[in-house]
Amino acid sequence: MTAAEYDRVPRLAVRDYASPLAEKLRHLWETKPGVIGWLASVDHKEIGLRYIVTAFIFLIVGGIEALIFRIQLSQPNLTVLTPEQYNELFTMHGATMILWYAFPILTGFSVYLQPLVIGTRDMAMPRLNAFTYWLFVLSGIYLYVGFALGAAPNAGWFNYVPYASKAFNPGLNIDFYALSNILLGISTTLGSLNFVVTILHMRAPGMSINRMPILSWGTLTISVGNLFAMPSVTLAFFLLYMDRQFGTHFYQQPTGQPLLWQHLFWMWGHPWVYVIVLPAISLVSDALPVLCRRPLVGYTAVALATVLTMVLGFGVWLHHMFATGLPGLALGFFSAVSIIIVIPSAVSAFAWLATIWTGQPVLNTAFHFFAGFIVVFVIGGVSGFMTGSVPVDWQLTDTYFVVAHIHYVLIGWNLFAVMGASYFWFPKVTGKLLDERLGRWNFWLMFVGFNVGFFPMHISGLLGMPRRIYTFPEGMGLDWLNLITTIGSYVFAFGFLLFLINIVLSLRHGVEAGPNPWDAATLEWTTPSPPPPYNYVVLPTLATREPLWETRLDEAPFHSDLGKGLPLDHGKEALATSTLDGQPEAILRMPEDSLMPLLLALALTLMFAGLIVKLWWLVIASLLIGLLFQLIWLWPRAQLAERRL
Amino acid sequence: MTIVAVPRTELPIGSVTPRTVGWWGIIAGIVTEASLFAYLLFGYFYFAIQPHGEMWPAEMPTFKLAGPNTVILLISSVAVWYGERGGRQGSRLKQAAGLGTGFLLGVIFVTIQVLEWKAKSFSYNSGPYGSLFFVITGFHMGHVVLGLLMLFPLTIWSMLGYFGPGRDAPISIGAIYWHFVDAVWLTVFFSLYITPYLGLRHG
Amino acid sequence: MMSSDDRRRVGAASPGRVAGAVACAMIAGAVLAPAAARAETPLDYWWTHGSRAQSISHLLWFSTAVSILVIVIVSALLLGGIFRRRSLPAPDLPGQAAVARPHGGASWITIGVGITTVVLVFTTVWTFATLAHTGPQPGPAAVRLQITAHQWWWEVRYLSDKPSEEFTTANEIHIPVGQIVEVKLRGPDVIHSFWVPKLAGKTDVIPGQENQTWLQADREGVYRGQCGEYCGQQHAHMAFEVIASPPDAYAQWRQQQLQPAHATDATEPQSGEGLFTTRCGICHTVRGSRAGGILGPDLTHVMSRRTIAADTLPNTTGNLAAWIADPQHIKPGNRMPRLALSGEQLTLIRHYVETLK
Ligand code: HEA
Ligand code: HEA
Ligand code: HEC
Ligand code: CUA
Ligand SMILES: [Cu+2]
Repeated sequence: MTAAEYDRVPRLAVRDYASPLAEKLRHLWETKPGVIGWLASVDHKEIGLRYIVTAFIFLIVGGIEALIFRIQLSQPNLTVLTPEQYNELFTMHGATMILWYAFPILTGFSVYLQPLVIGTRDMAMPRLNAFTYWLFVLSGIYLYVGFALGAAPNAGWFNYVPYASKAFNPGLNIDFYALSNILLGISTTLGSLNFVVTILHMRAPGMSINRMPILSWGTLTISVGNLFAMPSVTLAFFLLYMDRQFGTHFYQQPTGQPLLWQHLFWMWGHPWVYVIVLPAISLVSDALPVLCRRPLVGYTAVALATVLTMVLGFGVWLHHMFATGLPGLALGFFSAVSIIIVIPSAVSAFAWLATIWTGQPVLNTAFHFFAGFIVVFVIGGVSGFMTGSVPVDWQLTDTYFVVAHIHYVLIGWNLFAVMGASYFWFPKVTGKLLDERLGRWNFWLMFVGFNVGFFPMHISGLLGMPRRIYTFPEGMGLDWLNLITTIGSYVFAFGFLLFLINIVLSLRHGVEAGPNPWDAATLEWTTPSPPPPYNYVVLPTLATREPLWETRLDEAPFHSDLGKGLPLDHGKEALATSTLDGQPEAILRMPEDSLMPLLLALALTLMFAGLIVKLWWLVIASLLIGLLFQLIWLWPRAQLAERRL
Repeated sequence: MTIVAVPRTELPIGSVTPRTVGWWGIIAGIVTEASLFAYLLFGYFYFAIQPHGEMWPAEMPTFKLAGPNTVILLISSVAVWYGERGGRQGSRLKQAAGLGTGFLLGVIFVTIQVLEWKAKSFSYNSGPYGSLFFVITGFHMGHVVLGLLMLFPLTIWSMLGYFGPGRDAPISIGAIYWHFVDAVWLTVFFSLYITPYLGLRHG
Repeated sequence: MMSSDDRRRVGAASPGRVAGAVACAMIAGAVLAPAAARAETPLDYWWTHGSRAQSISHLLWFSTAVSILVIVIVSALLLGGIFRRRSLPAPDLPGQAAVARPHGGASWITIGVGITTVVLVFTTVWTFATLAHTGPQPGPAAVRLQITAHQWWWEVRYLSDKPSEEFTTANEIHIPVGQIVEVKLRGPDVIHSFWVPKLAGKTDVIPGQENQTWLQADREGVYRGQCGEYCGQQHAHMAFEVIASPPDAYAQWRQQQLQPAHATDATEPQSGEGLFTTRCGICHTVRGSRAGGILGPDLTHVMSRRTIAADTLPNTTGNLAAWIADPQHIKPGNRMPRLALSGEQLTLIRHYVETLK
C-alpha cells in the first residue's frame, strides 16, 4: 500500500445538497432497494425509525393489556378475569412497558438523532447498531411467544423469588421471562457501548464536550450507566434460570437467599429507572428552549445534573427494599440518598421554568406537551420524594400510591417527553408537520385523561389499596376511585389513538416542513428533511453550542462554519475527532450494509429457544453458526488501513 | 467575524492507534464485563456474610492446581504483551510467536481448570457454595475461551502478515482483552481461594 | 397551511379550556374530599390509632403538604411563565420571534435549588427521628406473637413462657389496648408482607429469615390487616383482622381460646365429627379432637372468629356452607380443594364446625 492510501489531506467542499457531490454520497450511502436491502440496512436513521415504531407497538400492546385489566378493576368483586389471567396481564404490562417500550423508544430517538445532532454520518459501529435492533425485536417476540403458548410470566415485573422459583411456579412462564431478558440485556449493553464510542469519538469538528446538545449528555450518561448496571440484572436472570433448570442453590430455599434476587434486581432496577428517563428529559432540555426562543438556562448545570442523577442513582436501590427487615443504619443511609437525589432533578425543573419565564414561548402542540410534562414531572417526582422517607414508605410501599408514582414518572417523564419530542422532530424525520388542530386534541385528551386516570391512584393508595390485586372488596372507599381511574385510562388511550391518526393523516396531507420549521439552533436542522442517507453533504465545523443562532445571539468571538466542510467522499467515510475538544483525528471507513447482524441475532435467539426446551444440539449448532457469522463479520478488511501517529 | 475552520492537515485514514473505534469498544466492553464479575463476587460475599445458613463445603480450597494455573495465566499475559510489542517493532515472527504462546498457555489453563473442577468434592447443585464456585469460575472460563477465540485468529492473521507497524489495532484490542481476563482471574482467585484463609469463613 | 389567525383561534377554542377546568375540578375534589370528610376507611393510614403509626402519619402529612405546595408553586410559575405579559406579543410561529439570551435565568436555579435543599435536609432529619422512634420496639412486650404467613392465610401463634399457655389460631389477632405487642414473622413458602395500616407499616415475611415488628393500638377497635407483597393468585384475598380490646376482655378471650374443643360423638364415622376428622382433619387441627392437620388454619374456635378465608367473607352459616362446599369458587386457586361431599355430609360437617365456638 502506498502512503497516499493511509493519509489524505481532506479537501473542503461547499454545502450543497443538490450538487454532484451530494449525488455521489447518496450513491455511496443509500440502502439497496428490495427486501434484502431492507434487512441488511445499517443506516442509523432507518434503524432508529424501526426502533421507534417497534417501541410504539409495544406501548400499544402493553397499553391494551392495561385497558383489559382496568375493566376488571373498575368495580369491586368483578370476575371478568381469573386471578391467573389478571396476574399474567399486569406482569406482561409492566414488563412490556418498562423493558420493551420505555428504553427502546429512547434508544430509537437517540439512534436516529444522535449522529445528526453531533454532526456525523452514522453510529460508530453501524452493524452492531443493526444487531442490537434485531436482538431487541427478537427478544420481544421471544417473550410474546411465551404469552401465546400460555406461558406468560406472572410474578410481577420484578419477579421476586421464591414465588418465581420452580417450586411455586413450575411452568415455563418465568423461563421465558428470564431468557428474553437476557437477550434484551445483551442488546441493551451493546447498544450502550455503541453510543459511548459514537459520542466520545465522532462529534463534528469543533464540537467540544461542552458544546454537545443535552441529548448527547443524556445518552452518554445512561449508556455508561448501563455498562455498569446491566450485568446485574442479566446475571440475576441467569442465576434464576440456573436455579430453575439445573437445581443450583442461589435463591432456592432452604439454603438459597431470596433477598439476593432483590439486591441484584434493584442494583440494576433503580439505575434503570433513570436510564429510561434521562434521554427523554434531555430531549425536552434541547427542544423546549427552541420553542422559548432562547438558549437553555443553565446548560452546564443541567448537563452536570444529568450525570449526577445517574451517579446517585446507583446509591438508592435499597429504597425498594425498605420493608425487608434491613438494619436501621442501612435504612437511614439509603433513605437520605433517596431524598437528596431530588436535587439534580430540581436543577432541571428550575432550568426549564426559567427558560420559559425568560423566553417567549410558542404555544404549539410540542410546547403543550413539554409544559404538561413539567407538571407531571413534578407530581411524579414528589411522590418519589415521599416514598424516599423510610417510615412513610413502610406505609406507602406496595400500594397504589407507588403505582401512581411509577405512572407519573414513566408516563410523565418518558411518554409526555416522547410525545413532545415526536411533534418536534417529526418534521425532520418525515419532512411533514404534524397537524396542530388534531395535536391540541391529542394533548388535552392525553393530559386530562392521564391525570383523571392516574391521580386518584394516589388516593387509592393512601386509602390502603394494595397493588397487584385482581379485585378489591366493597366498603374500602375504593369503588369510585377505581371507576374514575378506569374511565381516565380510556380517555388517555383515546388521546394516544389521535396521535396515531395524526401521524397517518399528516404523512398523507401534512404541510411541507422544510429543513428548519421551528427556526431551531442545532446542527440537525441544517440538513434537508428528511435527511439524506449520508446526513451531511459536508461535515460542519462548530464554534458554539447554538450554531444556527450564533450570529443573532452575537456573543461568541468565533463563528461556526456550516457552509463549507469536509465532504469525505472516497467511499463511506466519517470523521473521528478527539474526545474533549472535538479536533479531527482520522478519517473512518464505515462498513457497508450487511446481513450478518440479522443472521447473528437469529442464531442467538435460536440458541435461546434451544435453552428453554433444553434441546442441546440446537443450542450448540446455533452457537457454532453464530460464531461463524461473527468471524465473517470481523474478518479484517484490507482497506481499513490505519497508521500510528 | 471569525470562522472556525477545520485544520487542513493530513488525516490518517482508518484509525489512529491506540484510540480506534475498536479500542473504545473494548474498553466499554471491559467496563461492563468487570461489573459482571463484581456482581458475581457480590453474590459470593453476600452468601459468606449471612449470619445463618452455613454455606461452606467441608474442605478449604487448595492451591495444588489453582496456584500453578494462576502463574500460567500470568505468563500468558506476558507472552501476549511480547507479541504485541514485537509486532509494533516490525517483527512478524515475534508477533506470531508471542500471540501463539499466549494462546497455548491459555489452552493449558483451560485444561488444568477442568481438572480442578473434576477434583472438587462438591458439584454445582450440591449447595450454595458449589453453585457459586462453579458459576463464578465457569463465567471466567467462558471469558478465557472468548479470549482464546480472539487470540487464535489473531495468531493466524499475524502469520499471514495482515498486521504491521502501522496496523495493529486488532492485536492491541485482543491483548487488552486478554490482560483483562487475567486480571479478573486474580480477583476471582483472591476471593475464592484466599479470603477463606483470611477469616471470611468464620466471619 | 393554516394562517396564523387560524392557529390562534384553535388555541383558544380548543379543548384546552374546558378540559383544564374539568381536570382541575376533579383533582381538587379528589384531593380534598377524603381529607375534608375525615371519613376513615378500613385500610387508610391517613388517620391512625397507635403511637407507632401516628408518628408515621405526621411525617406523611408533612411530606404530603410539602409535595402539594411544590406542585402548586411549580404549576403557578409555569402558568405565569407562559401567560405573563411580555413586551412583545407571544409568537405563533417560532420563526416570527427573535432569539435572545435574556439574563437572570441562572438565579432561578440557585434560589430554587437552595430552597429545595433546605426542605430536603429538614425532611431527612425528621425521617431519622421518626425512624428511631418507630423502628425498634420501645419496651418489653405484653404479648408475643409468632405469625406465619401462608399462601393465602395467616397462622397466629400466641407465645408464652409456659408451653401450656401457647395456642394457635388464624386470620384474627386479638391484642390488648395500649400495650406493646411483639410480632415475629415467619414464611414457609413465598414472600408476604405483614401490614396493619392503622397500627404500623409493612414488614416483609421472608422465607429463611425471621423478621420482627411490633404493634400498639391506643384505642379499642377492629383494624384490618392485609398482605402487602404480591404472593400469587390470591394475594388479593389475604387479609386479617386485629381486634384490640381492653386488657381484661383480652385476657378473657385468651382463656377461652386456650380451651380445647369439646368432643362430640367422635366414634361414629358418619357423624359430623367423624366426617370432619377423615375429610378435613388432614389439613385442619381441632384441639381436643383427632383432627391434627397443619396445612390449613386451626379451626378449634373457628366460630369465635368474625370472618373466614382470610377476611374474605363474614363468618355466617351461609358463607361457611358455601366455603366448605366449594372454596375454589370463592377464592380461586387457594390451597383448600373442593372436596366431593354429598349434601348430607356437607350439612353434618357444617353442623359440627358450627359447634367449634
Ligand atoms: C421512570 C422513572 C422513575 C423516576 C424518574 C423515579 C424518580 C424517583 N423515585 Fe421512583 N420508582 C420508579 C420509577 C422512577 N422513579 C418505579 C418504576 C418504581 C417502582 C418499581 C416497582 O416497585 O414496580 C419506583 C419506586 C420508587 C420507590 C420505592 C417505592 C416502594 O416500592 O416502596 C422509591 C422510594 O424511595 C422511589 C423514589 C424516587 C425518588 C426519590 C425519585 C426522584 O428522582 C424524584 C425527584 C424529582 C422531583 C422531586 C421533582 C422535581 C423537584 C422539584 C420541583 C424541587 C422541589 C421538590 C421537593 C422539595 C420535594 N421510587
Ligand atoms: C412506560 C410504562 C407504563 C405505561 C405507559 C403504563 C400505562 C398504563 N398503565 Fe401501567 N404499569 C407499569 C408501567 C406503565 N404503565 C409498570 C412498570 C407497572 C408495574 C407492574 C407490576 O406491578 O409488575 C404498571 C402497573 C399498572 C397497574 C397496577 C396493576 C397492579 O398492581 O395490579 C395499573 C392499574 O391500573 C396500570 C394501568 C395502566 C394504564 C391504564 C395505562 C395506560 O396508560 C395505557 C394506555 C393505553 C395505551 C397507551 C395504548 C393505546 C392503544 C390504543 C390507542 C389502541 C390502538 C389500537 C390499534 C392501533 C389496533 N399499570
Ligand atoms: C388440602 C387441605 C385442606 C382440606 C382437606 C380442607 N381444608 Fe379447609 N382450609 C385449607 C386451607 C389451606 C385453608 C385456608 C384457605 C385460605 O384462606 O386461603 C382452609 C380454610 C378453611 C376454613 C376457613 C378458616 C378461616 O379461619 O379462615 C374453614 C372453615 C375450613 N377450611 C373448613 C374445612 C372443612 C370443613 C374441610 C373438610 C370438609 C376442610 N376445610 C378441608 C385446607 C384444607
Ligand atoms: Cu401474601 Cu400477598
Ligand atoms: Cu428506585
